[in-house]
Amino acid sequence: MLKVSIYRYNPETDKAPYMQDYDLDTQGKDLMVLDVLELLKGEDPTLSFRRSCREGVCGSDGMNISGRNGLACTTPISEAAPKGKLVLRPLPGLPVIRDLVVDMEQFYEQYKKIEPFLQNDTPAPAIERLQSPEQREKLDGLYECILCACCSTACPSFWWNPDKFIGPAGLLQAYRFLADSRDLAADERLSKLDDPFSVFRCHGIQNCVNVCPKGLNPTRAIGHIRNMLLTRAV
Amino acid sequence: MVRTVTSFGRSGTFDWLYQRVTAVVLVAYTLFIVGFIFFSDDFGYQAWSELFAQRWVRVFSLVALLSTIIHAWIGLWSVVTDYITNRMMGPKATVLRLIVEALLAAVAVFYTVWGIEILWGV
Repeated sequence: MLKVSIYRYNPETDKAPYMQDYDLDTQGKDLMVLDVLELLKGEDPTLSFRRSCREGVCGSDGMNISGRNGLACTTPISEAAPKGKLVLRPLPGLPVIRDLVVDMEQFYEQYKKIEPFLQNDTPAPAIERLQSPEQREKLDGLYECILCACCSTACPSFWWNPDKFIGPAGLLQAYRFLADSRDLAADERLSKLDDPFSVFRCHGIQNCVNVCPKGLNPTRAIGHIRNMLLTRAV
Repeated sequence: MVRTVTSFGRSGTFDWLYQRVTAVVLVAYTLFIVGFIFFSDDFGYQAWSELFAQRWVRVFSLVALLSTIIHAWIGLWSVVTDYITNRMMGPKATVLRLIVEALLAAVAVFYTVWGIEILWGV
């Protein structure tokens, strides 16, 4: 029997959030946390959570699993509940819409700020803008981000200033475009990041690196941005 | 993106650099003072006053004092803008933040003037 404790909150009927306990017979299988949620939803249809691809690609089911942010679909219960007790909460720091569903607006606002698209006003070539294998290699470890928000919502600086600090996910993407040989707006991009909040609220505690379900390293990307800012400033 | 007028260098990059440079100065000064206390043969008033009679030691001490002030301002400004925010506390956060920052500035000026008095007063 697996004991599952889930954060429940329905703003239409509940005055305050509470933890609800469930027991689930896993029949000895090492299920993924998402499978557990689906089985429980079969019993209790009021339980709400987001999910889509169920294989760690879409980034919909980011949540706080036994105290650690991760994707429910790629986290096995053997890892999340080694002692037979699984605790599920919504991603920390973001407003809760219902149960495990959070309002991602603040997260996307920060993503929007870094202008996540190639900027290049030179005439487009007939087929495509080419990159050498070396230039392309610089994007490895950056483009794989699925925007699940596990990293940004594990970051205390993002908790305190979600309206001013871009957060690890946004900054990883900022560097993805700064590092792209086809993008020509590096200087404008850096000018917009050169305030005391957008980049520099990162104090390098690496919670983001610790939780990223794709194994990416936002702290390293932030370090690269800082070096670029420093290079043009001194 | 976010405009600030009370951060030390008014740019995140400069604040970050000042924070690092002042930290290096403070490490050097700490090693210098601790080393002096540790390695001086007969450490006492005589040795101490001879040390501070030299102009370079006074200048080094003043640089260390200013580094402490700058380092503390950047650090505490970060703390203040992390915890006393309008997002969490509403409009009263602006007043509270301004009061705390003004107090910190007053303390900074006080210690700077006092430090100079001490260094050049003996």
